[in-house]
Amino acid sequence: MISIARASPGLRFTRGGIVAAFLVAGAVMLPFADLAVTGRDPWRELTGLFIGLVTPDFAAIEGLGFALATTLGFAIAAVAVGATTGLALAPFYHWGPIRAVCIAARSIHELFWALLLMQVYGISVATGVMAIALPYAGIFGKVFSEYLDEADRRPREMLGRDTDAISSFLYARLPLAMPEVRTYVLYRLECGIRSSAVLGFIGLPTLGFQLDTYFKQGDYQTVGAILILYFTMIGTIRWWFRWRWAVLYVASAVVALSLVASPPVGSGGLWRFLTSDIVPFPLRGADPTAWATWAAFGDWLRAIAIDAAIPGIIATLVVAQLALILTGLLALAAFPLIVPRVSGRVGSAAGHIGLVVGRSCPEYMLAYIFLQVLGPSMLPAILALGLHNGAIIAHLLGRQGEALCGRLRRDAPRGLDLYGYELVPRLYGSFLALCLYRWEIIIRESAIVGMLGVATLGFYIDNAVNELKLDQVAALLVATVLVTALVDWLSRSVRAAIGAARLSVSEQVCAR
Amino acid sequence: MTGSLVLSRQALGYGDKVVLADVTFSLAPGERVVLLGRSGAGKSTLLNAVYRSIEREGRAIALVPQDHALVPQLSVHHNVYMGRLDRHGALYNLANLAWPWRVERDAVGAVLDLVGLAAEARRPVEALSGGQKQRTALARALFRGGDVLIADEPVTAVDPVQAARLMGVVRQRFATSVMALHDVDLALAHATRIVGIAQGRFVIDAPVADVSRRAIDDLYRAR
Repeated sequence: MISIARASPGLRFTRGGIVAAFLVAGAVMLPFADLAVTGRDPWRELTGLFIGLVTPDFAAIEGLGFALATTLGFAIAAVAVGATTGLALAPFYHWGPIRAVCIAARSIHELFWALLLMQVYGISVATGVMAIALPYAGIFGKVFSEYLDEADRRPREMLGRDTDAISSFLYARLPLAMPEVRTYVLYRLECGIRSSAVLGFIGLPTLGFQLDTYFKQGDYQTVGAILILYFTMIGTIRWWFRWRWAVLYVASAVVALSLVASPPVGSGGLWRFLTSDIVPFPLRGADPTAWATWAAFGDWLRAIAIDAAIPGIIATLVVAQLALILTGLLALAAFPLIVPRVSGRVGSAAGHIGLVVGRSCPEYMLAYIFLQVLGPSMLPAILALGLHNGAIIAHLLGRQGEALCGRLRRDAPRGLDLYGYELVPRLYGSFLALCLYRWEIIIRESAIVGMLGVATLGFYIDNAVNELKLDQVAALLVATVLVTALVDWLSRSVRAAIGAARLSVSEQVCAR
Repeated sequence: MTGSLVLSRQALGYGDKVVLADVTFSLAPGERVVLLGRSGAGKSTLLNAVYRSIEREGRAIALVPQDHALVPQLSVHHNVYMGRLDRHGALYNLANLAWPWRVERDAVGAVLDLVGLAAEARRPVEALSGGQKQRTALARALFRGGDVLIADEPVTAVDPVQAARLMGVVRQRFATSVMALHDVDLALAHATRIVGIAQGRFVIDAPVADVSRRAIDDLYRAR
């Protein structure tokens, strides 16, 4: 088990202290949180949605079928491109510049990438594929390099000393890491399908676009059909995915995407974007030696900070903090639902279904649905993030709890006694580690849901995009990356301080 | 002592632990040295040191490590072919990985015939039994070839008849070898020289004809 409270020089963290600090931070932020229910008639919306799910209408299946195909197409193409790039980068990941490129690529969310790419390539296949492939390549590069490092070194040491690096890699390194690589690619494909669906909310022709359209028309039965299609596609991935058909999937993805109409793109768009559009306005074509240039730049920076970055960061932190607390509460309350010794056989089966739905519904889609029902405020975002992340952690803790039950003494208690006296105390370390691990992800997601209208960083980024102030977009993205990096660093230090720094590989795969 | 000096007054071990305190070991061409001793006596430590020393001299040497060091995901053919990766360029090796060359299939196949694995060439190593894996590791060393073979318990997982036959194959292919074996009869039949290790030093180091059965039995007796 993980040791309790390791003293670090000068500063002493305890698990209780960490939890108390997070709760206090949440309580302090609560007055700043806008939790109003502003929807006109939330109950009617909710019952409408429920009826739609129970009596789905597949009449629009033709359009939905195409959206389904493109959702899969974007996901498969992007994961193929991202994984190939990541695999090519992985052996060089220890080299500073490559690592820096990977970190930069993955610290910007798919949706933000899509917003940027749209400025150059419009709503097109290139935008959709690259928006997912770019951050994924950064993630694949890092994860694959870890797998390669962890692979058995002995076969490599057996080779003659004059063996060239490429042969040594292909024969004695890559095959050894391949099982993990495959598992991870499959997991990422699942993430890719979610990302691809969500890209529809900003205009790409995937399921998210259909969902948005039918929601706005109040056609809940078609909305129900879309959600059912989506869950079926994600839930059955392990049945329809076979590695030996990988080439076939990629070919089908290319065919599906070739049917997507892409607007013509003027030449030089990328060049203009990089050299002019995202350059801070006061610096464009200005004299870099003049004092006035930099004074104007300072004013520009201050205006962005006061009008957008600082309020956006505060709102992002508030949403994330409250979502994190909700995540923790939900995870602790829900994980026993899938432990048969606590909830019984029927109860655990039902618990599994509930957690699968919570896990596989992308937080952005959940936030969108809650927003339609409850009206714009921080509440839908907090609920969506808490529910999604809580379900993920509950699922992982539940599995650990199930494994624990097999090793318990014969006369161990059952039901709630087991939960309180055996499971929670034993799993508490993992619980904290997982929450801290998710914290950084929740920050990232809190920024993103701003694009739905909650005033987090994404809201200001979306506004700046709409006003075509791409220099401001770039500045706000940098702010987002910095906040995420700060929280990532904080999370890692706290995990190290309470001795919960390392998760098992399977936990990492699911917790990412 | 004739032969070239391989190790001179060295302390061998792993980490901070010294297993063999003061080792001097030489090896003459044509010698077949067998190391005997209880498990943990330091046979593997000595073999590793001998391997490193000879390899450093740049001589052609093949190795069968105790843990095989195979790539479970690759086929038997590819694992055996890995013995000669350094003889070809990356492109040739890459092509052979995707679709083995005819000439390499035949060359590897000939070696697999010797160890009785010809029928398993295409199977991934992870699907093999323990004995088959061990024979794959031996086949890789045979395919690699060279002046000297270093082998750490290369035939533990095969039956006695097959073990004796495989040792015959090894004698044909490698004039000189250093090997750890736990089967004393097999050792006496195969070796030209016996090195007995106990309590961190060489208790025996003599031509096989000069070593008594009793001296060997003493090696395995509890302290």
